[in-house]
Parts: sequence; structure tokens; C-alpha cells
Amino acid sequence: MKKTPFTEKHIALGAKMAEFAGYNMPISYGGINDEHATVRTNAGIFDVSHMGEFIIKGAQALDLIQRVTTNDASRLIAGKAQYSCLTNEHGGIVDDLIVYCLEENNSYMIVVNASNIQKDWEWISRFNTNNAEMQNISDRTCLLAIQGPNATKILQPLTELDIMNLKYYTFVRGVFAGVKNVIISATGYTGSGGVEIYFEDKDDNADRIWSAIMSAGTPRGLKPIGLGARDTLRLEMGYCLYGNDIDDTTSPLEAGLGWITKFMKNFNACELLEKQKAEGVTRKLVGIEMIDKGIPRHDYEIKDASDITIGRITSGTQAPSLGKAVALGYVENGFSAIDTTVYVKIRDKSLRGKVVKIPFV
Amino acid sequence: MNLPENLRYTKDHEWIRLEGNIATIGITDFAQSELGDIVYVEIETTGKALESNAVFGSVEAVKTVSDLFLPISGTINEVNPVLASSPELVNSDPYGEGWMIKMTVNDPAEVEKLLDAAAYKAVIA
Repeated sequence: MKKTPFTEKHIALGAKMAEFAGYNMPISYGGINDEHATVRTNAGIFDVSHMGEFIIKGAQALDLIQRVTTNDASRLIAGKAQYSCLTNEHGGIVDDLIVYCLEENNSYMIVVNASNIQKDWEWISRFNTNNAEMQNISDRTCLLAIQGPNATKILQPLTELDIMNLKYYTFVRGVFAGVKNVIISATGYTGSGGVEIYFEDKDDNADRIWSAIMSAGTPRGLKPIGLGARDTLRLEMGYCLYGNDIDDTTSPLEAGLGWITKFMKNFNACELLEKQKAEGVTRKLVGIEMIDKGIPRHDYEIKDASDITIGRITSGTQAPSLGKAVALGYVENGFSAIDTTVYVKIRDKSLRGKVVKIPFV
Repeated sequence: MNLPENLRYTKDHEWIRLEGNIATIGITDFAQSELGDIVYVEIETTGKALESNAVFGSVEAVKTVSDLFLPISGTINEVNPVLASSPELVNSDPYGEGWMIKMTVNDPAEVEKLLDAAAYKAVIA
């Protein structure tokens, strides 16, 4: 199992550890509900160094990114980032990712899911016929997410860069906690605000940054947060998780990612998707809130009132902020309108839920 | 990990306390810690005569769901009524206020065959 530069720290903090995407990762430290509430009301730190980072550089970089991703990267200027996805030849999603513009028209960082690093690298390389310079810097890049309404307040004393006023999906680069060349980005996977910080794993950078954040944050109630609460936080926001809610067989339009699918440029399967958009999708990812008592989980069947299967749950949990069970799932056309009653097969029972708008909170 | 000496245990992580032919049953400290924050305890087998190892209910945590297995044959008399509104008691006090069922056992001698604290400790080691 691979380690991140912080794995030993998680173990020393008493985290429950488990394998995730080949890495030994912290699942929970003090309980998911407590960690979840910490991020919603104050601030938490997540080690997500398992995520992958590619640099794409040179005169051909933007063309390559435009070819493989669905969003319009030509709109990015240095210091801006955008959520996007890679599509395959059938219009399915190879991965969802963030494109960071380091230098307009010349240098970009692409941040991908840990479980897809190899697949994405091979996929993008396949379309790199004009030889843009590509580097996989995943193994030497640390990523910490500091999320929550007080996150930037806690971090601001550690840098002269203005991070309190950083706009959503923008980033700055500079010295943080004495470490040079740190990217601080107003992005995240929680919906509670805060930043993600990227830096190179060399010398004692990882120790320095972790210690500085913990020293500044612990007296103010910042806590380490595991992947368990990361999942409940993102699910309350209705953010897709690759491998659950989106995969090689789901299209961005079906997944509600039409807003990152831009047809004014060419990309893989754009014609097919444009046709899908014109004709309308046959299934759609929706939010479901349970009315009956029960928690929908990944792969549970969704039924209509006559017990006919109309879809499947892709992610489900008890939402700690709501005290209710919520889920994402694909349903057939005709069942995606808000307030539609649906039934989720939870073990031997069909329990009642309804389609609700996303985010759940 | 808290493992009271006066209880018996199963490899499915239930504990049992016998008084006469009435047994109180819950899940172990290890089990609650593995499950994480517990959201529902669902037991709808009150009044039913069940064999040992039968599934008598389920416990839903935030991230996962797990079946509950009956350690011993008998009839379930009562489900802890407090768990409906405070399932978190299973996390905070698994051997006390977080007990799950009381049952009449068919053969109290069967309980002796279950794991003692030392043997259960070896299971979770």
C-alpha cells in the first residue's frame, strides 16, 4: 500500500485507516458526525495527497486540454481554475477533474482522482499527437484541503498572500509557512468554503506545512478530517464521486454536468453528446431524500409505485447536517421531477423517498 | 477496547449477559467502533422464536449497514426502547444503556459455549 507524506501523522493521531485507491488513508479520527460538524461550523484539514496532478505545458497544451475535456479551458487566465471532465468515445466520463491555468496558453495543472491516475495519463497521452509536454507529478505533490467557514482565517497568518479574499475557483502561488511555490486554491469538495493547498514533497515541506497549520488551527478548533466525512460532506452538496455517481458509462449530461459541457468547441464525443442533449437524456442523476426510515446505499434499486425498477442508487448516506438519509441515483425519464415519489429497495423492503433538489443542504 | 469479564461474546461481535434464563444482548465496543456513528437500530423480531445465528435485525451507521446475529436460540421479549430516539447510545455505552434486546433463552447452558472475554479478545486482535 502506498503512503502519503502524512500517513504516519494520521496513525499517530489515532485515525482509523483503510486502503483507498492503493493508499493507506485516514477514514475517521473522532467519528464522522463530529468531523462533519467541525467542517460545517469551523475548520478541518484533509490529507488528499493521493490525488493525481499532471502538468501540461507548451504551445500545444491548451489544444490538448480542449480536445480531451468538456469545459472551455480557453476562458481560463492565470490564477483561475475550472471543474471539467474527460469524456471517452461513447460520451462516458473517463474522470472528473480540475484544470488550473498556471500560465495562459502555456502551462496548466490538471488534478485527477487517485484511482484514475494511470487511466487518465494514458487517455490524455493518446490524444497528445502534437506533443505537448506532459509531466505526471502525482507522487511528489502534496495536497491538503483546509475546509470550513473559518479555514482561511486560521491560515491567513501563515502567508503574506491574500487568501481571505480569494474568489471561488481562483488560486495564488507563493510562500506559505516558509515553504516556497505553494499553490493555494479556493476550491474543495465540502461546500463549506476554504482552500486546497498544493506543494512539492521535498525537504521537510510536508512536516513544516502540517505542523504550521496544526499549531495555528488546533487552538481554534481545527481538526483533522478523514475520508468518511469527506464523503458525507460532498454528498450533502450533491457533488459527484467518480466510480459511484459517474463513470465510463454515464454521460456528463445524465450526471447533471451539462454546465461543464461546452459545445462551442470540439472535444471527444462532443457530437454524440450534442445529439444526446438535443434528443434529451433517457436517465438522469437526481437527489433523493428518504421519507421512510432507512438509508439508501450504493447499488440499491429504485422502484416506482408498482414495484418496477426505474433506476439505481449511486451514493447514499445519513446526512449529518440534516439528520435525514439522502442519496444520489439515476432514474428513468419521467421520474426526475422534484417531489416525485420513488421507492428504494433497502434489503427486503421498499421504502418511500422523494426526488429533491441538489444540494440537499 | 473495553471487554467486560462477566459477559460472553460471539465472533459476530455481539455480547450476551445471562440472568436466569433471560439474556441481554448488544454489540461490542469493537463493533460500535468499527461501524462508526450509529443512526438506526432496526429490530422487528420481537415475540419471534429464533435459532442461534439467525439475523434478528440490522444496525445502520453513517457509512455502513450490518446485520445483527442472535448469539443463542430463544424468543426476543423486548427491544431497548431508548434506541429509537438515541441510537448513539450504542456508540457511547455499548454494554450499558446501548443494549439492544432482552430474550428468553431456550437453554441457558448454551451460553457457556460462547466466547469468554479472553477468547473474544483473540478474535479481534
